[in-house]
Amino acid sequence: MITTRDLTKRFGRVEAVREVTLDVREGDRYGLLGPNGSGKTTLVRMLLGLVYATSGEISVLGYRVPKHVSRVLPEIGALIEEPAAYPHLSGRANLRLLDAAGPHGARRTRRRRVDEALEQVGLAGIDRRPVRSYSLGMRQRLGLAAALVRRPRLLILDEPTNGLDPRGIRDIRNLLIGLNDSGVTVFMSSHLLPEVSALCTRIGVLDSGRLVLQEQLAALQEPTGRVLISTDDPERAVAALDGLIERQDGADLVVRSPDPAALNARLVAAGVPVRSLAAERRSLEDIVLEVTGAGSDQFGVPASGEPDVPSTTANGEPQ
Amino acid sequence: MIAVELFKLVRRLRTWLSIGLICALPLIVAVFIAVTHLAPPPGQGSAFLSAVLNEGQLYPAAALALVLPVFLPVAVAVMAGDSIAGEASTGTLRYLLARPVGRTRLLVAKLIAVIAFTLIAVVAVTVTSYATGVLILGPSRAAAVGTGGISGSIAPGAGGAPTAGLQAGAAVTSLSGAPLTFLELIERVLGAMAFITVSMLGVAAIALFLSTLTDSAIGAALGALATLVASEVLVTLNAASAVQPYLPTRYWLAWIDFFRQPIFWRNIDRGFGIQAVYMVVFLAAAWANFATRDVTT
Repeated sequence: MITTRDLTKRFGRVEAVREVTLDVREGDRYGLLGPNGSGKTTLVRMLLGLVYATSGEISVLGYRVPKHVSRVLPEIGALIEEPAAYPHLSGRANLRLLDAAGPHGARRTRRRRVDEALEQVGLAGIDRRPVRSYSLGMRQRLGLAAALVRRPRLLILDEPTNGLDPRGIRDIRNLLIGLNDSGVTVFMSSHLLPEVSALCTRIGVLDSGRLVLQEQLAALQEPTGRVLISTDDPERAVAALDGLIERQDGADLVVRSPDPAALNARLVAAGVPVRSLAAERRSLEDIVLEVTGAGSDQFGVPASGEPDVPSTTANGEPQ
Repeated sequence: MIAVELFKLVRRLRTWLSIGLICALPLIVAVFIAVTHLAPPPGQGSAFLSAVLNEGQLYPAAALALVLPVFLPVAVAVMAGDSIAGEASTGTLRYLLARPVGRTRLLVAKLIAVIAFTLIAVVAVTVTSYATGVLILGPSRAAAVGTGGISGSIAPGAGGAPTAGLQAGAAVTSLSGAPLTFLELIERVLGAMAFITVSMLGVAAIALFLSTLTDSAIGAALGALATLVASEVLVTLNAASAVQPYLPTRYWLAWIDFFRQPIFWRNIDRGFGIQAVYMVVFLAAAWANFATRDVTT
């Protein structure tokens, strides 16, 4: 759905995006992660033809961007940084106006599509109040509705859950999963790891403009070969699992074993009361922090990846 | 997209407020003149004002002369300066472009909205001031030659000071002294409206270009107005006579020549020509800049 090759963008002397080779596949729920200032927004803007690349290639839905961007954009719903609307008009009037601007917004179906989009984001009962009186969360929902009005095949969402309360976040997550199930590919950027963790099937990590990781989330979170056990009788457990214990912290044990089920059977046979037992998986936080340096809003913290040292992309090619 | 821009134009309170203010100035002036019977003497004050006590039907011309130096250019510069920069600062520009609205198409739609605004403003001033002239000043009022009154705070500048005749009569008198029929008057007023609209579009082109350079709508509007002020300064400066024929405001008052008998075309033609050049140059620059620029707001 989206591929880029060695995509680079320089603003003056600042390299915002460096040689990014992105690969978003049909049906993905792709989460682009990275600290503030790592180039997420610039990358998103390049995909939409708003910012022109310094070098490299972009292809979206099989078309070259920005050359054929007018063919691509009608199939895309986008939320770019924050939502924006004309403050003196109502939410519904804003959606109608935006839909009427530009081609491909059939007037015949406009009312139905606008109503449907408002319903999808939970603004169905919206009144005629102007947008300037909306809360941050309502604006965010309206921005998502604007992305959905054209019934796109691909959603490109920059920080979609920004400004939403916990219920709103869950609503939007369920909405995006539902849309994805019906065939919409979702590409979102975020720095909220729990959000990406709960929603995405595939992630890319940007750091100082470089794509330092791109992989299926499930593959990244495969069991590490360790099992975490919590028991009321740690001594007997240690005795039963002699030699496999990697670390003990009171009643909690870290055990080296690829097979939690076999381990559990062994403990039960030895009469150990097991409180909980689970295969250890790396958290998304560990994964991201391992490959990224400090964010651009931090100073005096050494970056983990020196730009001069050749690093490798997720598909193993040297950059 | 053009329909969308026109919809935005008419749904905006600012549009009607600024047009209302533009129409209010001639009305206030007319009320003062009618109450005091003190029109500025011929050759002083704003163009045509000395004649309107006798010939209320000429008031549209006087009204246009009143709003031309400041009110109209300010309103047009604000509208045109807001067109791209305003969308950029509210963030709606990126959503329009991602819809997608082509950049050229957006610029053309914005230009058409500015033209529509200018036309509405000029027509509104003409219509309301005609009504004012006929109702308040009256076409057949007894002559009362002003002896003091409004002094010329607005210099007539180029195009010749008006020396409208003072004879009372059914036919309106041209600046040259020969009478104009009602049909001729309408012709001349329409000509003046067209000329002033085109002059304003020169301003609009400059403001539109600046609007593509910055994300500050007010900056773009003020930049265009600063250009006009600079031009006005140079127009009155003898030392700058070499560049004067090319200044945007040099022929702004040439529309007064529509009210001579016969019409004195030389400066009118030059005025149309210079505005056309400004429009072509600055609209091309606006397009070249906007079509290739990164939209980062």
